[in-house]
Amino acid sequence: MQKEPLFGKTLDELKAIALQLGLPTYTGGQIAYWLYKTDVVSFDEMSNISKKTRSLLAENFEMGVRDPVKVNTSADGTKKYLFSGGSGKFIEAAYIPDGKRHTLCVSSQVGCKMGCLFCMTGKQGFQGQLSAGEILNQLRSIPERKRMTNVVYMGMGEPFDNLTNVMKSLEILTAEYGFAISVRKVTVSTIGIIPAMREFLEKSKCNLAVSLHTPFEDERRRLMPIQNVYPLKDVIETIREFDIGKYRRVSFEYILFKGVNDTRRHVNELARLLNKVRSRINLIRFHEIPGTPLQCSDEAAILDFQQALNDKGIVTTLRASRGQDIEAACGLLSTKELVKAQKDDF
Amino acid sequence: MKKKLDLTRIRLSRQHEIAPGVFLLSFPRPWDFTAGQVIGISPGHGLEARLYSIASGELDDEADILYSLNPEGKLTPWLSKLSTGDSIFISEPFGSFTCGGEDAWWIASGTGIAPFSSMFRTGLVKGKKLLHGGRDLNSFYFNEQFLPVLGNRYVRCCSREEAPGIYGGRLTRYLMEQSDLPPGEKYYLCGSAEMVVDVRDILLTKGIPFNNIISEIYF
Repeated sequence: MQKEPLFGKTLDELKAIALQLGLPTYTGGQIAYWLYKTDVVSFDEMSNISKKTRSLLAENFEMGVRDPVKVNTSADGTKKYLFSGGSGKFIEAAYIPDGKRHTLCVSSQVGCKMGCLFCMTGKQGFQGQLSAGEILNQLRSIPERKRMTNVVYMGMGEPFDNLTNVMKSLEILTAEYGFAISVRKVTVSTIGIIPAMREFLEKSKCNLAVSLHTPFEDERRRLMPIQNVYPLKDVIETIREFDIGKYRRVSFEYILFKGVNDTRRHVNELARLLNKVRSRINLIRFHEIPGTPLQCSDEAAILDFQQALNDKGIVTTLRASRGQDIEAACGLLSTKELVKAQKDDF
Repeated sequence: MKKKLDLTRIRLSRQHEIAPGVFLLSFPRPWDFTAGQVIGISPGHGLEARLYSIASGELDDEADILYSLNPEGKLTPWLSKLSTGDSIFISEPFGSFTCGGEDAWWIASGTGIAPFSSMFRTGLVKGKKLLHGGRDLNSFYFNEQFLPVLGNRYVRCCSREEAPGIYGGRLTRYLMEQSDLPPGEKYYLCGSAEMVVDVRDILLTKGIPFNNIISEIYF
């Protein structure tokens, strides 16, 4: 029988486990130290815990830390890590170095249920939720771990469709006992599942990114089926309800599609929609995926769109394309591996 | 849609298991709605509501909800045990997966038939073709209402069993075999993410503009 992993447990959960095993509660804190502050991969290495306790832990639990099964390195330094999620499933994480900034893009699900027209992950269907441990393992088990400055939940899956595990992972990621990354350096991206987004805004201080992609409702529902249930105007109204302070950032992700969402009409509507919402827009060049009717906007149109938004007083940045030679866009590599694994199964 | 789901307690009129593991739950309709909309259902205040499409017509006295039992789910194992007079908490209807009088294809798998049942029972029948995919012959929920009215505009695709009048195979294969899908019509898709993504890809390869494809996904 598979043992329960300890990696991914909160401090309170680790203390409860210690009590359950008849150990003092401070043992929970000691375990948290070894899990989240060090590189140890076995209970035997937890040197300030007695041998008897280590044996007891090993009898009942596993560490739950897994090395990546594959890594692709781009000419620009971006790395795409692939972890096994069991049964032919693959979990992707992308490490993106940029000067002093080191960002890890983590996945929250294997596959995705949201079916956005422009997304590769959706093409592999939904295969499962990631536990808090599986989310955090993407950080813990890569060599760049110690230099990581930023973590973004923008890999495979919709984080707010896996809220419980995402919130737990955020606690461990930002807590003093955990990875102690500043909440200001952690961003969770969503397509706008309102009830979960509300809970996140209430309970977490991390940054929020919303996939917007067009300000027009009818156009958005062609690109993103979620619009039928949680329309953008309600997403924005919900964000307005919260006092987004100086230190928490709300941004809107906007992939530019040629002739679809890159016109002056879109600029004007965005300005109207985001009026008085303390936020910024991140423009993203579209990395074309097989079978999609969408194309990336021309470079001139992208720069013109950015300028027009800035002229309207909306802080607008343009994200640099990274790792295109290693299929760093979410879903590309794991879908390829999944197809390979499925072929092997026949 | 209200930004926060306000839940109201209602009593069930009845619940039937219409196929193994598939239930139809009914209660007196407390609000007006537009066919294709969803409601949130929860066991109680403060508990997470799950979303379900309404399967009944806009003017029906009772609202029907079709769902399949997920033994590992948080809601449906509880929901499936309820009977007449038991209470559940529901939200007001919301959502924009709605359809007008235009010519259109309704494409569903499994319980994704619910919003199309609602549209059908509301009278939005003219110019509609209904394509329903299911594993077994008992997966074609509401076929008794669709068959007499839609006739050969109602296509059932069964992937695991065969029967006269039913296409033997997945609905994706049926669509692949079609050579004359009209590009100017609307295509409404409802089902799992996998089905919606696969069908959408097929429609795109058949020359249907993405602007004419509208999807609703269970999540």
